This record gives sequence, structure tokens and C-alpha cells, in this order.
Amino acid sequence: MSPRVNLGSPQVEPREARLGSITGYAGSAEELVRRSHGKCLKERRRSFSQCLGCSTSNAACTVILIQDAAVISHGPVGCSTCFHEFAFTYRVNGVHRGVEEPTQRRIFTTNLDEKDTVFGGARKLAEAIREVHRRTGAKAVFVLTTCASGIIGDDPYATVESLSHASEAVATVQICATLGSYLGAALEQAYGVPEIRSAAPYGIGQTERWWREFGRLTGKQLEVEALLKEERAEWLPRIDELRQKLSGKTAFVAAGASHGHALIAVLRELGLEVRGAAVFHHDPLYDNGAPTADALCGAVRDYGDVPRYQVCNKQEFELVNILNRERPDVFLARHGGMTSWGARFGIPTVLVGDEHFGMNYRGLVNYGARILDALENDEFVTNLARHASVPYTRWWLEQAPDAFLEGES
Amino acid sequence: MRGMIEQERFACALGAMQTVVAIPRAVPVLHSGPGCGTMVSRFFGQGAGHAGGNTVPCTNATEADVVFGGEGRLREVLDGTAKVIDADLQVVLTGCTADIVGDDAGEVVRGIRASGRDAVHVSAAGFKSNNLVSHSRVVNAIVDQYVDGKARKGAWRDPRLVNVFASVPFQDPFWKGNLRELKRLLEGLGLRANILFGPESGGLAEWVTIPEAGFNLLVSAWAGLDIVRHLEEKYEQPFLHFPYLPIGGNETTRLLRQVADFAELDRSVAEAFIAREEVGFYEEIQDLATFLLEFRYNLPEHYHAIHDAGYVVGLAKFLLHEVGIVPKEQFIVDDTPEEFQEAIRRELAATSGKREIPVTFDPDAGLAQEAIRGASHRGRGLLIGSGWDKLLAHENGLDFLSAAVPSPYRLVLTTGYLGYRGGLRLIEDIYDRVLATYK
Repeated sequence: MSPRVNLGSPQVEPREARLGSITGYAGSAEELVRRSHGKCLKERRRSFSQCLGCSTSNAACTVILIQDAAVISHGPVGCSTCFHEFAFTYRVNGVHRGVEEPTQRRIFTTNLDEKDTVFGGARKLAEAIREVHRRTGAKAVFVLTTCASGIIGDDPYATVESLSHASEAVATVQICATLGSYLGAALEQAYGVPEIRSAAPYGIGQTERWWREFGRLTGKQLEVEALLKEERAEWLPRIDELRQKLSGKTAFVAAGASHGHALIAVLRELGLEVRGAAVFHHDPLYDNGAPTADALCGAVRDYGDVPRYQVCNKQEFELVNILNRERPDVFLARHGGMTSWGARFGIPTVLVGDEHFGMNYRGLVNYGARILDALENDEFVTNLARHASVPYTRWWLEQAPDAFLEGES
Repeated sequence: MRGMIEQERFACALGAMQTVVAIPRAVPVLHSGPGCGTMVSRFFGQGAGHAGGNTVPCTNATEADVVFGGEGRLREVLDGTAKVIDADLQVVLTGCTADIVGDDAGEVVRGIRASGRDAVHVSAAGFKSNNLVSHSRVVNAIVDQYVDGKARKGAWRDPRLVNVFASVPFQDPFWKGNLRELKRLLEGLGLRANILFGPESGGLAEWVTIPEAGFNLLVSAWAGLDIVRHLEEKYEQPFLHFPYLPIGGNETTRLLRQVADFAELDRSVAEAFIAREEVGFYEEIQDLATFLLEFRYNLPEHYHAIHDAGYVVGLAKFLLHEVGIVPKEQFIVDDTPEEFQEAIRRELAATSGKREIPVTFDPDAGLAQEAIRGASHRGRGLLIGSGWDKLLAHENGLDFLSAAVPSPYRLVLTTGYLGYRGGLRLIEDIYDRVLATYK
């Protein structure tokens, strides 16, 4: 296969340049897939926008969870203020990863000030690394750069120790193509570790395709077939029961791309009608270039179109506008800050942080039960809707949700 | 030069966007990188106000804006904000990128004002200062660019009206409760209080009466001094500075007497109010004494605090004299400027004539943790700090009360620790944690 990932550069090329990803689209899911595969996907710029997120916090999330590492944010004090959340995640979720005794996460900032922006912060970084070694004895120190250290031109590439056995793996399995795409493709390209080129196992059809691909790559086809048979016997009857209760209910999804696609599959499999989705961005294809890894394409093929599919770049104003129009029976969100909008409109709302919750046959039962609970226990949102405030103008709520997107849909 | 920090307990200058979020019907607009606002709201964790959190408009500066400048983009986002967000005042905060590139956001905002919309600009580049410092800059900018133009010209100055500057919104996790209690207390003395932030304030209509107040009250170790000094210069308003958080009976009474004297209020009215409050307060303290003395098992005898200067001093005075928990090593991690440190040391030393309370000023809270790990005191101990300190407390066998940001282990809505009522609530919270350890 021809190399797609540029491993010669110490910097990862942004996905917009690497994959042609976009953050603005309004239309149907089917049309989005058609344009993606036809290579005629066009970005629509927003003339109004709200706070997003930046790469440093996602990078921090990854490295803070590494057991024996310390993390230095090379920037002003503000560029690491949300990192305490990942220390919390580490402690709460440690048990799932076999971390019996969680240790203190060691998180530092070089605390760049105005003088550093003039004279450079390299010396401060070097001193910080020495002090962090003294204080923590960490096996690896990760340095995260920020806007300020980037613009002033500090060069951090002199410090970081390597820590990986990733190159020795039999296969790369990732369940979030948004975040795993680059690493999966890079491991295959550089070390020949095969990546599973099948979208993650959400929904029955995709669950079976994914496990069979996994069996093929690991030479365990027979075991996989036996496992699937066992699982079907256990879960399919319960999935059918849930379908009967949920069939015909309407739903709306707000999530990042990869998990948004997963949630669409889960909801459709359970018999809900997915009226629409507000998804943060869209990758036409992932780094491995395989159409089989395109979860949205799979969901549309398996279950049919999603009529109001908006790539919303985490823009709350667009989500609120759409949600106000659609008023679904249930609202599924995947990231913080979005859920309150369902509740303020009196819509039963579910946020599940754990991406494993909806996986495989069992995941459908997990979600089905959770949605039924939300539909049943709607007193809280019904009451809140009577008292909630909305910081958006009436004018905005009456506009088309893509009114601030330039160009035609 | 500012040094490295482990486990920061404050935000950068842009964190003062929360100062705007705390003003009803004002909206912050960030001219910054895409992640800055999210960093700030996730640092504080809870409470989005009217238009905070994911609602905050932002130019989301990209590489192109850094190369070609972002003034046009800012204008575009401000126009969008006016259409989309239901708010009465836009406060533009510019971050690192805009500042390094040299965008003239002030000029853009002046243009907006000239077109008849209310807007304010504050430079809040993260490398310039922290949110405790830039809180004052934001307030002063709103005074200069908004209040000053809206104030009633030639209005009578009301000696019974006071502008209150105390808890920095969100940075003090109990800001809503503290401001509510402070307002109640000042009203008990016969004053009217412009509390300015949160649900107890009258919003922007209250802000425009700032110049009409007879005086300003600052309840804070140092953050906010720039505000009251600015107002003294601008409107010739005198200010009273109470340099720590008044918690419980002794210190709240001290504050109220100082205010009554400063404002030349009828002393008998003030004393009658204080007496009523104290009766209720000390009735509870007597019950506390019964509990403390008769509890047959183990209760905390000493404590460490890792907090800002106002809390460290206020907690020491209260916990030592009114609860009987002895302050051991104390850690002030709010990056107190050096010029204020001596006065804070003196104030803490004045807590007790017979014991020394060791205190360290250093925003590098990792060092505070190292010191606490190495400390050893007889008896059961308590640690008052932020969520960062929970594991330390666990490892060192200390009881733990989360009372500083970031605080992911605790939901705070309207709890406050200021005043008579706040002191009682603090006692309840401490012994709630302590008693929960018994099976």
C-alpha cells in the first residue's frame, strides 16, 4: 500500500489537509457519504462561531493516562487548566484498565509570561524538565506545546523518551476512528501492524462484520463464529423486546463524528427513527483510505438515510436551533455542554461517556434500557422546561440552522 | 520571571471571561484560539450562567488569522453575536494569539460602540497575567467603557449605597453564596449593596449606578484592589479594605463594625443587628461544643489549607478560635504579588498571640503537597484544598474538604462560607466529611 501518513515530519498534518475533513455541512447523511466517496466534499465556512476545543487538551488526555509519565504544558498557565479533568478520568476509569492503585497524575505548566514571549521560553522548558525529573522520577516526560510557545518559535524536540511496544502487536484495534485513524495507519505503515479496516462494532450488522474481520486478522475465525453464536442466543431476544417498546420513537444525536455514527447505528437498530444529527466534523475517509472503515456509510447502507445531518463543529447555536425545530422524543449527546439543551426543551436526554456501553449485541440492550428509562423518567426535564432560560434570540431560532454557513448546501 | 507550576489552581488572564459570565445578560466574546474558552469553563467545571460555557462566542483564531490578522473575523463574530445571543453587553476579551499578532481589537470595539451597540474590550492575553489579576481589568474596562457613559449625569451620591467587590466569580467556588450573605449583612446594617455579580445582583442596571455609591467595600486579600483604587481615582469614592474572608462570629462582627464606622452609620442600629445575628450563631456553636467534647471517637485536631490568601487567613481565624481546629502549615497558591505578602503574613500572625502559623506563598502547589507529605503532627488532621488534593489526603490519612478550584469532587450551587451563616455551613461540611468516615 502506498504511504498515506507522513511520518517524516515530527508534526501530524492536520486532518483537514491530510484527509480533506470538513466542519460545516447541512443536508442528508446519504448525500454527505456520496460526496465524501466522490471526492467532492466542500467546506462551508461559518461567519459566526462559538468556543471549540483545541489540540492540546486532546493530546493531554492521551498522555496523562499513561501510568508512569509526567506531562508539561509549555505555555501560559491557562493552556493546561482543564487537565485536572483527565486526572479525574484516570482515577475513575483506572479500574477498567487494570490500574489497582491510582497514582497522582503529575501535571505541570512552564507558566510562560510576557518576557518569555519576547526572549523565548526554551530555557524555562529545559529547567522545568529537570525539575519534573527530580520531583517525579517519571519514565517519560511529555511536552505539549501551545499557541503562545508555537508562535514565539520554541522548539521542544529534544526531550521526550520513547515508551512503546505498540510495534510488536498482532493488530491495531481502535473504536474511535476520529482519534485512532492516524495512529492505526501509522503503525501499519511503519511496522506492518495490520489495522482492522472495519468500522467499530455498533449495531448488529457492523458487530458481525467487525468480529469476523478481527477473526480473520488474528486467525481465530472459528472462535469468532462460536462467540457470535453464543452472543446472538443470549442477546437477540432481549433486543427484540426493546425494539417493540422503542419502535417509532424519534431521536436526535449530537456527538463527535465517529461516535455519532455509532449512536445512529445503535438507535436505528433499536427501531428508533433518527430525525437528525449534529456531528462535530466529517472525515471523507480515514487515514487507511478504506471505505469499509466508514461508519456513516455503513449506517446509511444498513439502516437508510438520516434526513437532517448537520456537521456543526460543536457549535451550540446550531444544535439549539435544530433541536428546537425537531423536538425528538429522545436526545442522545456524547459531549459535555450539549445535554442541557435537551433538558431545557423538556426532551429526555441521555449522555453516556463510556464508548464501550453501546458496543456489540449487549450494547444494544444497554442503550435500549437506558433510553427507556429516560423516556419513562421524564418528570425532571418536563419540569425544567417550564422554568429554563434560553440565551438565544427569537430571531435566531427562526432562521435556518445553516444560516451562518457560507455557500450552498 | 514566573516559574513552573504543578497543579495550577487558577486560570490565565482569559479566565476572567467568567467575570463577564457572572453578570446577568452580559456575554463574553473571545478573540482567541479555539480551545481557550473551553479550557476556562472546564477548569471551573460547574455553572454556565446566562451565556457562558459552550454558548460563548469565539473567533477561534487559526493559523491564517495569526498570519493575516484577525480584526475582520472579530467584527464578523461580534455582528453574529448581536443577532444570535440574547444579551445586553458584549465584552471582548483578546487572548495570546491576538495579542502577539497585534490585532487592534480596541479599535474594532470602538467601531461597534460608535454604531450604537454596547461593547467593551479587555486585553486578556494568557501570558500577561492570571484571572485574579484580570478580573480587576475586566471590571475596570466595563466601568470605563460602559458604566461611565451610561451613568446618570449629576446624580446624587448616596452615602447608604455601597459597591461590593469580594469573591472573584467562579475562582471562589462559593462566590454566589458568599455574595448573597454579604449583601444580607450589609442590608442588615441599613445599607444598600451593589453586589454586581450573580443572581442577587440587579445586572447591568445596577452596574450603571456604581458612580452613585457613597463608598466601595473590598473583601479580599489583594485581588480587586485595582478596582477600588481605580474607582477612588475616577469617582472620588473612598474604599474600605477588609483583607480576608470573614467567616463566623468574631470576624463577621469585626467587618460589620468597620463598615458601620466607615459609613458613619447609626451605631445602635448596627449593634442591634450584630447582637441578633450573634445570638443565633453562638447558639449553634454551643451545640457544636457539646458535640466536639462528647464525641467519644476521633475528630480532626489540626489542619492544612492550600488556598488563596483570603481563605487561608479567614479559615485560620475561624477554625482556631471558633471550632478549635489548629492551623498547621498553610499554603497560599494564588500567586499573591510580592507587595501584598508582608501584610498577609502579619494578618495571619495576628490570628493568635501564642502560636506561630507557618505560611508559604507559591503557586506551585506540587511543592505544597511535598511539604504536607513530609509534615507530621500528632492527632487526626484535615486538609482543605482543591480536587488535586484528594489523593494526598487519602495517602496521608487526612480528612478532606474540597473548597477550592478545580473541584470535580463536589457540586456547589449556592453554598457560601462567608458570614455567620457561612461559618455554620463550613462546620457542617467539615463534620459531614469526618462523620462519613465512620461505618
